[in-house]
Amino acid sequence: MSVRTAFDTARADGRAALVGYLPAGFPDVAGSVDAMRAMVDGGCDVIEVGLPYSDPVMDGPTIQAAAQQALEGGVRTTDVLRTVEAVAETGAKVVVMTYWNPVERYGVERFAAELASAGGSGLITPDLVPDEAAEWVAAADAHDLDKIFLIAPSSTDRRLAMTVEACRGFVYATAVMGVTGARESTSDLAGPLVKRARELTDLPIAVGLGVSNGDQAAEVAGYADGVIVGSAFVRRLLEAPDTASGIVAVRALAEDLATGVRRG
Amino acid sequence: MSVLPDETGHFGRFGGRFMPEALIAAHDELTQAWTEAMADPAFTGEFERMLREYAGTPSLLYDATKLSELAGARIMLKREDLNHTGAHKIRNVLGQALLTKRMGKSRVIAETGAGQHGVATATACAYLGLDCVIYMGEVDTQRQALNVARMHLLGAEVVAVKSGSRTLKDAINEALRDWVASVDDTHYMLGTAAGSHPFPAMVRDFCRGIGDEARAQCLEQTGALPDAVAACVGGGSNAIGMFAAFVDDPSVRLYGFEAGGDGVDTARHAATIYAHEVGVLHGARTYVLQNEDGQTIESHSISAGLDYPGVGPEHAYLAETGRAEYRPVTDAEAMDALALLSRTEGIIPAIESAHAVSGALTLAKEAPGSTILVNLSGRGDKDMTTAIEWFGLGGTGIQRADESTGEPQA
Repeated sequence: MSVRTAFDTARADGRAALVGYLPAGFPDVAGSVDAMRAMVDGGCDVIEVGLPYSDPVMDGPTIQAAAQQALEGGVRTTDVLRTVEAVAETGAKVVVMTYWNPVERYGVERFAAELASAGGSGLITPDLVPDEAAEWVAAADAHDLDKIFLIAPSSTDRRLAMTVEACRGFVYATAVMGVTGARESTSDLAGPLVKRARELTDLPIAVGLGVSNGDQAAEVAGYADGVIVGSAFVRRLLEAPDTASGIVAVRALAEDLATGVRRG
Repeated sequence: MSVLPDETGHFGRFGGRFMPEALIAAHDELTQAWTEAMADPAFTGEFERMLREYAGTPSLLYDATKLSELAGARIMLKREDLNHTGAHKIRNVLGQALLTKRMGKSRVIAETGAGQHGVATATACAYLGLDCVIYMGEVDTQRQALNVARMHLLGAEVVAVKSGSRTLKDAINEALRDWVASVDDTHYMLGTAAGSHPFPAMVRDFCRGIGDEARAQCLEQTGALPDAVAACVGGGSNAIGMFAAFVDDPSVRLYGFEAGGDGVDTARHAATIYAHEVGVLHGARTYVLQNEDGQTIESHSISAGLDYPGVGPEHAYLAETGRAEYRPVTDAEAMDALALLSRTEGIIPAIESAHAVSGALTLAKEAPGSTILVNLSGRGDKDMTTAIEWFGLGGTGIQRADESTGEPQA
């Protein structure tokens, strides 16, 4: 079912949705499932399950380090789908965030079919723009999956219109011109981008890149329908002495952020 | 000018633009600037002037008579090794640097493997007054300390990349990350005919002087077109620059020689087209060395310039359509050819180019008496450390090559 329902529920509560990201297989497959479930317990409405990739050009050092650790641990595409299934069982909406090559390699139609049967809602594709996405769009439509493409501050009006038109579920607005990673201050490019996109679509618009605490989440929730947090969660696990305490820290961060989106 | 790519940057099913949306506007801007520049005689005239007066082109087409005698075919060497900075790469960087200025940008970033593209980029930036930052895998900065020093001397900043395998592909990743954050004032000067549109076509067009010159020189010197053209292929800029002039000559066979490393039956090679797995890497659909989950596999070659797990999408297209043929050449075969060319002609080629020489020797055996143009894309000065290790130089001779070629000791 579309991730849209999670945004609608949040909107009915008069708040933004909280979207949390972790790569599957980090610190290991079981640990990532536990951590994602803790994020749901802490208040995440949507979980982005990252598919670790060897050449993550959109990611900063934090997420790259986690993805590398997951790959060195032997995580496979099938593990990512198992993770989706385990997290979707909680009732939270789950989408997969992946660079394109692993999906193409797995088989686009096969990936879409298995993602749908695992209970996943759709795919966020950071290096696949709608211009190149014909095969994915066909597979997603066939399996009733969300297609979440990215928009950026540098997107022209024409591209913005084309991209939001191609999206289903929500629109992912990259708040900064830069890669993933927690930042001290939120971007002043995000607000205007969300405003431009809103004039073109009724889809929820979620803002990602750089949010790391409840105050920043509250600020973004003031103008966006969803707040996406990734690196800050990854850092909690990277910096923890062991997985159990990392998961406690992940849950605490989710709670802080969940409070934040309710203040926004 | 070749008809391909199409408007969206595709060579058949290859190529395209698999890039973050944040960089699409920059690609569109670059495509437009490049298209307009190539149609502007002021730009192309200045580019040609720089190539002629600064880079030293046209490079010679040298009739390698002694090598030919040994090989049994007429081998002619396109002497790109005689260009300023010692390789064909100066053509691409001068073109892109001039385009950077035309776009009103002041900063250039680039990736480099062995350091050759880094040195060439730093050279062009020094010449045209642009700020220059070079991303280089940490492993490569250690292997190629001399080139790091050259870049420093030329005024460039060199960033040692510590992520991933700390080699070329990680340097590309890091340069892309810089570009996402700096695209307003920065041009990403990609060093090969790979990546997302317009890079493969743009780099080809800046390098196509190699083939245009060689074709005219061959006609003038031999009165006919060659039977075959040979070039080494990593990302494939020197090869596509050579091939571009001959693609529409059906009688001319095109051969690309990939790095076979320890052998294509081992895991240690960089023969991407030979491995024949289609995927998406660094912005384009092409052949990619990858595992069954689509994760990029580390490539291996004795030649850093060919040590890349992808290949330019136009080469993928030429391979699939059968217009060009691609074959692997192992480290050992390339080093044998390097030694042979050094002894017979007094020309020490880059190890990259030695792959093409080795391939040409095989072609000569297959078609005795034919005329083969070989792109000698670079000189071997940079490879002396590798050569010393490989051959155990500093002693009395090049024993290893003598054994394998069976030639009498000179």
